[in-house]
Amino acid sequence: MRHFLDFEKPIAELEGKIEELRRLSDPDGINIADEVARLTEKVDRQLNVTYARLTPWQKTQVARHPDRPKASDYFAALLADYTPLAGDRAYADDAAIIGGLGRFHGHSVVALGTEKGSDTDSRVAHNFGMARPEGYRKARRLIELAGRFGLPVLSFIDTAGAFPGIDAEARGQAEAIARSIEACLAAPVPFVATIIGEGGSGGAVALAAGDRVLMLEHAVYAVISPEGCASILWRDAAQASAAAEALRLTAEDLKRMKLVDAIISEPIGGAHRAPAQTIATVGQAIEEQLVPLLPLDAATLIARRREKFLEMGREAAA
Amino acid sequence: MSWLTEYVRPKIRTLLGRREIPDNLWVQCPACQQMIFSRELEKNLKVCPHCSHHMRATAAERLAWIFDESTATRIELPKVPADPLRFRDSKRYADRLREAREKTHLEDAILVAHGSIGGQRAVVAAMEFDFMAGSMGAAVGEGIVAAARLAVLQEAPLIVFTASGGARMQEGAVSLMQMPRTVIATRLVKEAGLPFITVLTDPTTGGVTASFAMLGDIQIAEPGALIGFAGARVIEQTVRETLPEGFQRAEYLHAHGVIDMVVPRPVLRDTLARLISLLRVREAA
Ligand SMILES: [Zn+2]
Repeated sequence: MRHFLDFEKPIAELEGKIEELRRLSDPDGINIADEVARLTEKVDRQLNVTYARLTPWQKTQVARHPDRPKASDYFAALLADYTPLAGDRAYADDAAIIGGLGRFHGHSVVALGTEKGSDTDSRVAHNFGMARPEGYRKARRLIELAGRFGLPVLSFIDTAGAFPGIDAEARGQAEAIARSIEACLAAPVPFVATIIGEGGSGGAVALAAGDRVLMLEHAVYAVISPEGCASILWRDAAQASAAAEALRLTAEDLKRMKLVDAIISEPIGGAHRAPAQTIATVGQAIEEQLVPLLPLDAATLIARRREKFLEMGREAAA
Repeated sequence: MSWLTEYVRPKIRTLLGRREIPDNLWVQCPACQQMIFSRELEKNLKVCPHCSHHMRATAAERLAWIFDESTATRIELPKVPADPLRFRDSKRYADRLREAREKTHLEDAILVAHGSIGGQRAVVAAMEFDFMAGSMGAAVGEGIVAAARLAVLQEAPLIVFTASGGARMQEGAVSLMQMPRTVIATRLVKEAGLPFITVLTDPTTGGVTASFAMLGDIQIAEPGALIGFAGARVIEQTVRETLPEGFQRAEYLHAHGVIDMVVPRPVLRDTLARLISLLRVREAA
């Protein structure tokens, strides 16, 4: 069953009607087919209009849509011979961050992603994509492994943020994130990061300090969740919509401020309506960004990556 | 290099030129509730003489306390675009900035100076919690980058006093990008073979902790300082457990292997001087 967001109500109603009509066994089948076609066209039009002008808060909801393709879906579709690797070699394996070796469009790569899971069991198993220190330490280990063997790193980010827990703090959550960012910046290999859903705060940057940072059209990338921002600055979590607006967290905003490098278009109605198509488009976009990086040597890659981040925010772009 | 002529031009300012405290003022210790004569408190580096509680200090006080007398020179920091998002909540960010500047007489939540500590050159960056809770936006990030470049230029160790509520929300993703930017700054210092020492003061949380603050070659914290990534309230709401005694305090972090030592303020300068001299064998040889 399709999951509809609040603002998709008119679309849900139309699709409900289509379903009903299809279920009717009726001698005048032709008329029903006409009506279904007419309604389907209406749905498409409605989706087009709605998704062309999503508000930042609506985009946040789309970015969090339960049917939106997850990091593991990208791995499954884009990587041949995917071989997961596990553990931080110190404490545990954190399933909130998945990663391993695989072949992307023929290139052997290290893939990394924050994984939210796609049903109740897997969501719990992956801790809803919120990593603990061992997750970031695994990421760092895999980035260093990539460096040792000259393999490009591809990361897929979709997380509300790092896990706020007693155990996470006790094991050095902040240090683990800092070291993961450091590993991204020091990687002697091409590094392409893609924000596929939610880019939540430091827990997202930990895997996203790459040569190229791509963002799906309806993904969001922010320093704090709109709800968190609203409860601090507006003292009212219900003001999340206003906070989402103020935070400028859309792909368009980040591109304009030169904080991300490219936006990847989503199918009409969002990635969750056509996951396979979305993943293929993302694969093409990554390939386009990766190929020009492949001939560059380690020193050039690191120097340019640093320069890119050091330039961020230095000029006014609003 | 333009950044150099921009801000390394020595502009000597008196670090002690802050508002004078009246002689006859009494201050109540927030920990033991005892009254302390303000002059005595100042002399004691804002440490309570009764219970040793370390009160919060300003960035200017940090610089004044840590350098050898009259050796410190504050540098001007590069300007960054103000209010990149034109952010407004119940108040405009531009107004909040103006008020913070009036209140603290600082441009933003960081000061950088160079001078000597125990006769050895050092660059020190100090964060100002009174300036919008020491939050890190582009100006703080740029301050850390500038301090790192100055340290490299002077072949001096970099010491950073952190005090921050985290990222500056009003600068959105621009503030988030200060995490990688400040991490790069720490790399510049380390690759030049210079020590990077962090002194974590109360409180140090969020994006500041999860970037440069946790990358020190040596990490020191002041007694009782609150240091962590996530806020206590957020953790309580998420895990629905009571937080353990002393959670996220300096001593807790020390016990968990996150920092090297907890150092009381009165012996901090001597400790830093000793560490620098122990680490810098190459230079002395
Ligand atoms: Zn006291």
